[in-house]
Parts: sequence; structure tokens; C-alpha cells
Amino acid sequence: MFDINAIRNDFPILHQTVNGQPLVYLDNAASSQKPVQVIDAVSNYYRQDNANVHRGVHRLSQRATDAYEGSRSKVRGFLNAKSDKEIIFVRGATEAINLIAQSFVRPKLHAGDEILISHLEHHANIVPWQMLCEQTGAHLKVIPMTTTGELDLSTLDELLNSRTKILAVGHVSNALGTINPIKKLIKKAHAKDIPVLIDGAQAVPHMVVDVQDLDCDFYVFSGHKMFAPTGIGALYGKESLLEAMPPWQGGGDMILSVSFEHTQYNELPYKFEAGTPNIAGAIGLGAAIDYMQGLGIANLAQHEHALLVAATEKVTAMDGVRIIGTAHEKASVLSFMIDGVHPHDVGTIFDQQGVAIRTGHHCAQPVMQFFGIPATARASFAFYNTMEEVDALIDGIKKVQELFA
Amino acid sequence: MSNADLRDLYQQVIMDHNKKPRNFRDMENANHLAHGNNPLCGDTLVVFVKLDGDVIEDLSFQGSGCAISVASASLMTEALKGKTLAEAEHVYQHMHKQLTGDEFDPSVLGKLEVLGGVKEFPARVKCATLSWHTMHAAMDSDHDISVSTE
Repeated sequence: MFDINAIRNDFPILHQTVNGQPLVYLDNAASSQKPVQVIDAVSNYYRQDNANVHRGVHRLSQRATDAYEGSRSKVRGFLNAKSDKEIIFVRGATEAINLIAQSFVRPKLHAGDEILISHLEHHANIVPWQMLCEQTGAHLKVIPMTTTGELDLSTLDELLNSRTKILAVGHVSNALGTINPIKKLIKKAHAKDIPVLIDGAQAVPHMVVDVQDLDCDFYVFSGHKMFAPTGIGALYGKESLLEAMPPWQGGGDMILSVSFEHTQYNELPYKFEAGTPNIAGAIGLGAAIDYMQGLGIANLAQHEHALLVAATEKVTAMDGVRIIGTAHEKASVLSFMIDGVHPHDVGTIFDQQGVAIRTGHHCAQPVMQFFGIPATARASFAFYNTMEEVDALIDGIKKVQELFA
Repeated sequence: MSNADLRDLYQQVIMDHNKKPRNFRDMENANHLAHGNNPLCGDTLVVFVKLDGDVIEDLSFQGSGCAISVASASLMTEALKGKTLAEAEHVYQHMHKQLTGDEFDPSVLGKLEVLGGVKEFPARVKCATLSWHTMHAAMDSDHDISVSTE
């Protein structure tokens, strides 16, 4: 039973006023709020169990290690990976992509090789590859997009070729909400022995992800967009690939033995976790996974989808508003433009109504360039949002139109 | 903050200058110009200046941005046209003081005082200052330069 009031009571931050109005938080694609279960998990760790992991024989260190490794198992279950060894804790999706770029792709990349991404990518899945191209003389290729904000796959067969060393593509577009047909893309790439990285930062808060079913080689996400703390995320990689990769960063915990002549690296997953990790963050991530699974991710998705459908219908019925990104398959995001009003003015006026939305280029400037606009206003939903909050969004648009009439 | 502040920000004069920006044009015979951009919001503009000695004979701008940024640029061109460089610098200083909450002389600013409401919206102050920084850079240089506020 999906009880929205009970769910909202789990999120202390939602119960406040902003500029004299009840807070309506519709900036979930930027960062999500945290339930008390996650806040308590982090707090209790620091109150009761705080110590370094994988080191001490003392009780606190064991408890910290158990909790940290317990979260790794939860992430494995969350993504349906085969083994805990396939789950590397990172700062977030950005760090994970950089890790794959430098440790997996760079060693096998030669001048003239190609890296394939899509026009819909977040800067985090563009810039690490551009840096890699600069370092190696490889070329960045881009799957084009359509005016509805979907991938244009008409040239995919040429784009995936013998020079392509990796396909790196987002599961869900952060700027437009488009759900990309990643299973099909993975299959096409694998038919030509091209490995695939999926940026799942915008997908994991909204849908069940099964990396074995997808058969992707790497899947990355950030915790803070899925109700967990900032500064923690995970990288899934197929064990055989991770096994063959050199470490990315060197330091403590990623070694078995060190002398000045030779260092023997630790086994998976520790080989990729140099230094004391974000233990509290990992524990918070585990608590967020428990929370989402307790409610049932499919139930959450259903509620959010109802919000998105209602908001889309209402905005579509208004004059002078244009939705940017009208893909058939979408999650969470409603990007829009109000005629004659710059998105930043929209954002300020919304804020005065207590409604938090994102305005700007959403770290996806190529998408903005495609539509010939500097920015959009973006409302993005989470499962704790309500139909009343959809109405607050509509009222906000009306207020902007009144003021700019 | 209340809706009253929103009306302070989006005053009639600002809305009018946003809808019908003054001196919103290219200037072929400009002898100074600069590009300004705010990478955070994507606002970009070009400020064109024609100096006759130390007098601003003509001042115009082009670009795109929010209401605050367009109105600020438009009001600036009206306020500074015909002024000497020293006078323009004086207005620039007081405009800066107004937006950062320092004491300023309203008689120096005149109509530009309508932009004062922006200081209550810290996230938007950069919108109002972009054209002024760009103008300043243009005056200081005899070649095309770029400035950026973020």
C-alpha cells in the first residue's frame, strides 16, 4: 500500500516553509532529499560504530567494516550484479566515469580510435572522454538526437565500428527525462565486441535496474540522487573486466603488500578503493536502498509516473508554455520554456512561491544548443511529491505569465 | 521574503526595458567592444562603444539573457551615453555599491536605482552586473576582449 503521507513523514526537510510558502521540492534530478532512515543510519554510525574499515582487530573497526561491506552487498542486490567484487564504491557517477576512462579505456586507446557517446549526455559523460581524446589522439563521436529528445539511431551501425573502443551512454537524460533504449544499444555494441558503460545517475532513483539482464559492462550511479548522502556512489563492472584493469588511484587499502621495490595490489573490489573510503556515505547508501526496496521500487515508479503524466497534460493544455523533451519513454523530468520569459526569471518567481525547480543548462549544454536555447526550467519529481505539488507547479507558471504579461 | 519583494525586483521600468531594450543593436563603427558571458546561466552579450576623445558618443549591446540582465544592459546604455569616461566610471562605482549593499549616492544613479531590488536576490546579482563589467572591460581595451561573471 503506497501511503504518500507516511512517506512524506519520513522526509523531515519537506516540512518547512520557504518564503512564507510550504516547500514544494521539484529539483530531484539535481539532488534528492533524504529519509530519516538514511539520516539515522549515518548518524548512528558516527555515534556508535565509527572507526576505520579493513584494518583494526578491535570491535568498532569490525562493526564499521561489517556495515560498509553490508552496504556493498545491498548495492549488488540493488543492481542484481553477480558478485560483491563487481561493486566499487566511488564518490559518484562522475568519478566512476573518470575511473573507467583512465583505467579501462585509456590503456587500449590509440590515436584515431573512437569513443561513442550521445547528444543527450550530461557533462560528466562528455568531458572525461574529451580529456581522454586529448591525451591519446582518439576521436569523440556522438549519437545524434531528434527534436522530441530521443536518440536518433539511424546512423548507429556506422557509428559503432572497428575503431570504437567504448560506447558510453546515459540510461535517462537529466535535462529531458528521456529513457534511452539501452538494452538495444548494448546488444548492438556487443555484436561488434564494443564494451558499454551506462550512466545510470538519473535512472536508479526511478526504476529497477538489472545489470545481468542488460548485460552492460559498466553501470555507474550517484547516491545523492537516490535519497542517499552526497559523496558516495557506485561503479558496477563485470568481474573479468575489473580484474584485468590496472588500479586507478594508489594508496592505502588497495594493496596487499608494499616495499620500495614492488607493490602487490589488493584483490577486487579493494584494488579500486584507495584510501579510507566514505564509510558513512556507503552506510547511508545501503539504508537508502533498504528504504526504496521496502516501499517497492515498482510502486515508487508508478506514483512518479502518474505525477509526470498529470504535469505533462496540464502544462500541455496551457498557452505560452512549451515542453522541451517529449520522448515517448520518460522518467521524472519536465523541462519547459515559458514564452518571452527567461528560465532564470521563472526560477526566481517559483522560489518566491516556495517551489524549488532547476533553471539553467542542467550540465547538458549540447542539448540546449540542439534546441537553440540557453537554458530551460526543469521540474523533476520524486516519489514523495504529490498531485497538489503538481498544481503548485502549474500555479507557478500562471504567476510567471501574470507578472510578465 | 514576500511577493512585495518580487514586485521590487520586477518593477515596471525593468519589465519595460526587458520587452523593449534600448540601444539593442550592432554598431559597425564601434571603436571598443567586449563580450560578456555568465557560464552558470548561459547569458551572453556584446557591448559596443564608440568613443570620441573621452566622451561616450554611442553605446549599444546585443545578446540574450534574463529580464534583469537585459534591463540592466538597456538602462546602462541610456545612462552612460554622452558621458565622459570619468563620469561613466563614477556611475559604475555607485552601481556596484548599490548591488553589493554598500552606501551609494542615489543622485548619481538616477533611474538606475530601480535595479536596487536585485540585491535582495543574491543568486541574481550577477545577472545585473554582467553588462556593467562587460562595458568596463570594453572601455579599458582597444581590442575585442571577453569577460565572464559566475
